[in-house]
Amino acid sequence: MKNFLKYREIWLLAGIAVLIGLISTRFPGFADPANLRQVFNDTSILMILALGQMVVILTRSIDLSMASNLCFTGMVVAMLNAAHPAIPIPVLIVIALAVGLVLGAINGFLVWRLNIPSIVVTLGTLTIYRGATFVVSGGAWVNADQMSPDFINFQRAAFLGLPMLSWIALLVIALFFLAMTRTQVGRSIYAIGVNPTASVYAGIDVGRTKFIVFCISGMIGGLAGYLWISRYVIASVEVANGYELNIIAACVIGGISIAGGIGSVGGAVLGALFLGIISNALPVINISPFWQMAISGSAIILAVVLNARGERRQGRIILRNAEAA
Amino acid sequence: MLDNPYPAHVVRDPPHERGGKVAPRLTLSGISKSFPGVRALHNVSLSLYPGQVTALIGENGAGKSTLVKIMTGIYQPDAGEISIDGLATTLPSAHAAFGHGITAIHQETVLFDDLSVAENIFLGHAPRTRFGTIDWRTMRKNAREVLETMRAGHIDADARLKDLGIANKHLVAVARAMSIDARIVIMDEPTAALSMKEIEELFLLIEFLKSEGKAVLFISHKFDEIYRIADRYTVFRDGEMVGEGLLKDTGQNEIVRMMVGRNVDHIFPQREPKIGAPVLSVSGLSHPTEFDDIGFELRKGEILGFYGLVGAGRSEVMQAIAGITRTSRGTISLDGNSIAPKSAADSIEAGIVYVPEERGKQGVVIGLPIFQNVSLPSLARTSKSGVLKLAEEFSLARSYTERLDLRASSLSQDVGTLSGGNQQKVVIAKWLATTPKVIILDEPTKGIDIGSKAAVHGFMAELVAQGLSVIMVSSELPEILGMSDRVVVMREGRIAATYDNKGLDAETLVRTAAGIAA
Repeated sequence: MKNFLKYREIWLLAGIAVLIGLISTRFPGFADPANLRQVFNDTSILMILALGQMVVILTRSIDLSMASNLCFTGMVVAMLNAAHPAIPIPVLIVIALAVGLVLGAINGFLVWRLNIPSIVVTLGTLTIYRGATFVVSGGAWVNADQMSPDFINFQRAAFLGLPMLSWIALLVIALFFLAMTRTQVGRSIYAIGVNPTASVYAGIDVGRTKFIVFCISGMIGGLAGYLWISRYVIASVEVANGYELNIIAACVIGGISIAGGIGSVGGAVLGALFLGIISNALPVINISPFWQMAISGSAIILAVVLNARGERRQGRIILRNAEAA
Repeated sequence: MLDNPYPAHVVRDPPHERGGKVAPRLTLSGISKSFPGVRALHNVSLSLYPGQVTALIGENGAGKSTLVKIMTGIYQPDAGEISIDGLATTLPSAHAAFGHGITAIHQETVLFDDLSVAENIFLGHAPRTRFGTIDWRTMRKNAREVLETMRAGHIDADARLKDLGIANKHLVAVARAMSIDARIVIMDEPTAALSMKEIEELFLLIEFLKSEGKAVLFISHKFDEIYRIADRYTVFRDGEMVGEGLLKDTGQNEIVRMMVGRNVDHIFPQREPKIGAPVLSVSGLSHPTEFDDIGFELRKGEILGFYGLVGAGRSEVMQAIAGITRTSRGTISLDGNSIAPKSAADSIEAGIVYVPEERGKQGVVIGLPIFQNVSLPSLARTSKSGVLKLAEEFSLARSYTERLDLRASSLSQDVGTLSGGNQQKVVIAKWLATTPKVIILDEPTKGIDIGSKAAVHGFMAELVAQGLSVIMVSSELPEILGMSDRVVVMREGRIAATYDNKGLDAETLVRTAAGIAA
């Protein structure tokens, strides 16, 4: 399977290279390192969110509330910043992580303890968290002029040639890579996604592991909340409305199987990059937004078809065992 | 006994007893069927006669369900002939079998809970209106008529199936059979989930089917039922037909002998058991529905066999000891310390591991490499504060897979690419790697080839020689007799008897498991 995963990621990488090549024919400067750095930076938030979603999908669950969590947490830190500009940014980031964690823990608790399917739980909290944003803000916006300069400039500060936002994305990617390959939790996430029954027998607590993944996706949603608000310098109830679908699309294009258990950090990152390039670059070369949608949609279906081909082989083995038994 | 509600013309005695010679309705001859690594059926024959009930008898794994699947068109035989009313035919699909009037009523009904009784009866052959839509009025009327003929008029044709009890669901299944004018009715352990009263009702229904001239195949483990209802018998053993005839000419003991007598096809390891002090003691262990008052002791260096029919509650008891099923009362103690496992992790920690029966579903994690499968229950030991030590994990996997002589090109290979026997070795390696005191093997050799079987048996002998204690749940008599030091026989959720495996014979075990007095 490892070989195949690599194969799949290489496919995706090739797809991205072709896309960049095609865009370069129309927009010569596109493939410049400086511009590619810019594309990476532009896609950072989506990459971070896709990684949070990935761990949830790996456990055969889904988190539809990530964008609403982002909106709520973003509003909370924006209002805090507007009211108390003296709070240092790192403290605000910790607050964002904590608020996101609480929202994620609510999802996780409902999935774990009340045994409600995650799609139902997060469909509910998708609305609730956005509604809660309205309640805390009273429907008002937080505008750029209410935010402190530090709040806005933190992620733009250049460090070793890259903006802070890119460094944060790289750090998150590295942490997820280590977590998925080198920790007990990461291994458990894959195991319960592939075979929950066998995992129970092996002494893995499936419910608790699901709780943990929702806490992770919640924290990621919270972190992305601060990054999003400080990037687009406006906090409102409408922030990232419907963006949960982009996050899930990035995962699916990145080869994360909706059936759970299959997917990698590299895949999620590349899936997000692919979508990021489409949405950032195509308008520049005057391709209409409708074509963009068609291209993203085709990429999703193509990815699912390729993944299904990859998974078919093991499906046969399961069938053979069932017959022989 | 209930009053018989069926019409007076019911024929109590099968036609052959009235002197007439009856031609079989369905004849299977020379049927063989193999799956990769397993020979399910070899050159078997079976005849079903109109107006008679034929009982199909055999141990678990004797090939009964495979035969049912061939008769209902789900499996295709590798060789052999099927003839209906003397004409050779084939059953290439479930639809074809249905067209020949063959219908099966299963242990768990395969009807649709959310559809009405009438829809269930006429699904696939509902009456149509001129416009091609379903004619609901006629369908309801016909459903009521069919139920009426079966004296099952108390079932509302509009009721949802899920609101009916099991016995009434069986009636609906039979009504369905009647509505397609089924001529051959297969009943696969229909009484397994029924109460005594419901079984009586089912028997009256079978009498009715006989009187209607249907050929009935009745599959059951229970000898009293077979002798009550069936006219003929056919015995299968290890996928071969070993006997058939009229039940009135054949005693229970003779049939038990046919079921268990077999050629020695496999030599079990010779061992000199060194049995020590009790390691695991269980007493009064009970579950609200699955088992009651289970008590036994397992001693150091011992292989304790658990024998019983499917559904006797053996696996459920083992899952309770392994922390997967909760118990209502009773105690488990390990090395004299009482334990109350709340999860599989608790039991593994205490030193008890359970190797489940269904290798594919409960054992291997297909999609993960071999070494990750082996280390899965030992992750706490191969990691430090949640961070995995990959080298340690790998060497753990290497040492245990080498001991089991696993054939794989690399430990990073997906476990799904291995053969069944090698997958089983991975599962056993994974449990051994937790360094247990007690290892519970549930049907350890089910569905694997002879060579792998011998390896698993040899390894079990090695384990107990090293001082481990083993509980082996098995439905295979040679395995129970060849490997166990003592044998516990369970029947209907209770322990029926415990035997020392000295001069123990298979017939005693089968009689105890089935509840037949010697």
